[in-house]
Amino acid sequence: MSANEEAARHREVRNAWALSAPALILLLVAAIGPLFIMLVYSFLTPGQYGNVEWKFSWDAWIGTLYSRDIFDGTLKLADAHLTIFWRSVKLSLLTTIITFIVGFPTAWFIATRSPRSRALWLFLITIPFWTNLLIRTFAINEIIRNEGLINSVLMWMGVIDQPINMIYTDTAVFVGMTYVYLPLMVLPLFASIDRFDMRLLEAGYDLYASRWQVLRRVIVPIVRPGIVAGSILVFIPALGAYVTPRILGGGKNMMIGNFIELQFGQGRNWPLGAALSVLLLIVVTIALMFYVRASTKGTNNG
Amino acid sequence: MTTDVAVEARNAVKAFGQGETAVRALDDVSIQIRKAEFFTLLGPSGCGKTTLLRLIAGFETPTSGQILLDGKDITNDPPNKRPVNTVFQSYALFPHLSVAQNIAFGLEMLGRPRAEITKTVERMLALVKLEAMAGRKTSQLSGGQQQRVALARALAPQPKVLLLDEPLSALDYKLRKEMQLELKRLQTETGITFIFVTHDQEEALTMSDRIAVMSAGHIQQIGGPREIYTRPVNRFVADFIGETNFLSGEAGEGRVTLASGDVVQVEGAEGRKGKVTVVIRPEQVRLAEAGAAETIPATVESLVYFGTDTHCHLRLKDGTEMVARLQSPASGEAGLQQGQSVGLRFAPGAARVLED
Amino acid sequence: MADRSFSASRLPGFTATAIFVFIALYLPILMLVIGSFNGGESIGAWQGFTLSWFAKAWANDHVKDATIRSLVIASLAAVISTTVATMAAIATTRRRPFRGQTFIYLMINQPLMVPEIVTAVALLIFFASIKVATGYQGLGYLIAAHSAFCVPFAYLPIRARLEGMDLTLETAAADLYASPWLTFRRVTLPLLLPGIIAGMMLAFVTSLDDVVITLFVKSAGQDTLPTYMLAQVRRQISPEIYAISTVLLALTIVLLTLFFILTRKKD
Repeated sequence: MSANEEAARHREVRNAWALSAPALILLLVAAIGPLFIMLVYSFLTPGQYGNVEWKFSWDAWIGTLYSRDIFDGTLKLADAHLTIFWRSVKLSLLTTIITFIVGFPTAWFIATRSPRSRALWLFLITIPFWTNLLIRTFAINEIIRNEGLINSVLMWMGVIDQPINMIYTDTAVFVGMTYVYLPLMVLPLFASIDRFDMRLLEAGYDLYASRWQVLRRVIVPIVRPGIVAGSILVFIPALGAYVTPRILGGGKNMMIGNFIELQFGQGRNWPLGAALSVLLLIVVTIALMFYVRASTKGTNNG
Repeated sequence: MTTDVAVEARNAVKAFGQGETAVRALDDVSIQIRKAEFFTLLGPSGCGKTTLLRLIAGFETPTSGQILLDGKDITNDPPNKRPVNTVFQSYALFPHLSVAQNIAFGLEMLGRPRAEITKTVERMLALVKLEAMAGRKTSQLSGGQQQRVALARALAPQPKVLLLDEPLSALDYKLRKEMQLELKRLQTETGITFIFVTHDQEEALTMSDRIAVMSAGHIQQIGGPREIYTRPVNRFVADFIGETNFLSGEAGEGRVTLASGDVVQVEGAEGRKGKVTVVIRPEQVRLAEAGAAETIPATVESLVYFGTDTHCHLRLKDGTEMVARLQSPASGEAGLQQGQSVGLRFAPGAARVLED
Repeated sequence: MADRSFSASRLPGFTATAIFVFIALYLPILMLVIGSFNGGESIGAWQGFTLSWFAKAWANDHVKDATIRSLVIASLAAVISTTVATMAAIATTRRRPFRGQTFIYLMINQPLMVPEIVTAVALLIFFASIKVATGYQGLGYLIAAHSAFCVPFAYLPIRARLEGMDLTLETAAADLYASPWLTFRRVTLPLLLPGIIAGMMLAFVTSLDDVVITLFVKSAGQDTLPTYMLAQVRRQISPEIYAISTVLLALTIVLLTLFFILTRKKD
């Protein structure tokens, strides 16, 4: 490269950084930077009225799994915490699986419409995607509560004479999360099915594959990046869910998000809240790393 | 004679990439393009013709070497400071502006007074016969009309040099023929230097005053269309421009002995010795009765009908293949049959000797 | 014989599942909208059409305050995030890749990768110290937080628009004597505008929807509409809340329709 080209290149790169700077500074101050401060807080001692005292302590990290006996000070596994973790993981995985099972046919359906009606179907799936999570939770609450639609209809039909109690159970949280996160699964699935060359299906049938074999051997491997993306997009917010379990789970059926919030409210244990948040972040990061590996493997095939 | 030169490239080198993987798109090219000439850069894709055009326009800076305009070094001037305009291959018409606004764009950027801009735009619209389209969006125009808007837009600021980057490649055959004539007319009327990039040899031959044939980052030959066609300097030029028969042989005593053993008189054979290649255009191959005087014996392999011409594929004694292009008679039948024995001879002065 | 022509893309049960999904998605929302027009307290029984819940919400000063606060925050966050996202999008598209580009890209998309609750906690901790140190308790914290998490939503449509843009248009402008600044103002910006407006709308909706981060960052008396609504949740949710939901839903649909029109590819 000549000196001239070198100088031009330098200028270009410098401009790129200068143009990105405001966004980077904003994100550093109000999104990324605080994560590191949170990490520091997880090693401090809780203050008496919330906040922290600047004294190093492992207590918060120990407290994520163990509780100290009030009388003799011995540590034992905190069953309540483990129950919450297990519920969070279980419900998030279940939500991811069910949204995939119903989301895949939906995405396929949209992608195989004629171009004109496809835009409409896509629009119909986008509206819930962008509608306030709170409103959607209210809406599903309206369906599953004791006086809600399902119970009313079943009782009117005479199938049951006592309402089935679904609200404030794990099932309610699971149904609610499936409802609110479904569009997050459908959209990336649609994006990757949309790029799928439908002639490959004809090739598959031509080579004696059954419909099930075509689905398993042709479609799924090719749209795999979309499947992975959709699963991640559902799993991450489901694992950190706060609003849906709060409304549908009542106070009892907490997920990790509600448990974290508790530490900043009644719990007055900011370091524990910080430690739990870091823990959640670590799990999510592992999931994302899995995503990056899985999706790059997918592109090699495609 | 420097006053006669519009654009000059001096030892221009353009390398893309760095170190081991660097590719020299342009390898030490020097060229002088005269004022008011229609100059064509011709070559296959990747030969460096577009790179040279972009260096002149200022979209790229050379790795080394200089670009001069009217004798002034403009190597480091940005494109917006160069009195040079480009007609892009994709036309690059601004989709958010009307036809007239597109044409006015350059004049506005130069800060010309409003009244002058209006007048020039009208003149340009008339020049490219699009007066009725002034207010249209460019997306509402046909390919040929878009092409003319692109031309008008590039001509409006009255550049010293107009650069045309394969502007006709997106048009269908008939429209392309029309636009070739139109371009030639515009060039004569405006007297502006046109530098035209194409890979289409026919286009280059019909429009240009001079042609530079390029390959692999080098200029192979510069000359008028006739010179390039009839006197190619090397095998690449002979092969790229038109169809050619290549015959290998031994030169000696002012004549060439072909591989088939036949001896031919060839221009340029004087004073040569050793292995040479004889080139002869298919249309310069004449057929005669088998065994006629001073002919080379051959067999007809196949006949391919092309409408105006019929291509006759021939095989010499040693198996060398050749093509003769014959004008199709009114009946369409060339009067030849597959497997028939014929004699062939070269039109006087048509065959040439090339160095390998 | 019935017409049973072969369609390669048809898979058994898929259409039925899809139809079920669409019904299941819309039925609850529809019930909620109907509930907001229902004369009775309970949604289970229809007791005549009424607009009184809307009137009641409109007359509620808490709702009014929260609405204004939500709109102020969403508007400012949309403008700020779109401005910085536009600049960043221009910096990170259509250039030869440079060292650090992936880093910038990751930074911008970071809010999409971290669970909201985690960001909320981190911001609570960070802003609490600043509140103590400076004594400032205003809306600035919420605006900063919202602006930050809206950046990726504003960035994506702008970037998509830029990538779809013909680079030669800017080359052509430079060829026609436009300086880099004029090229930007007269060519790049007008062509980018639909993407910018689309990005701004997505940012606006995203900010308006936020519950969790707002809940953690707000000072006392700084409820936005969503946090106000969440605070009102009892065993039975009041139809007044449904009325507010219906209005928000309508606003979302209007903005999304505009977004679709703006980003629609030309035929």
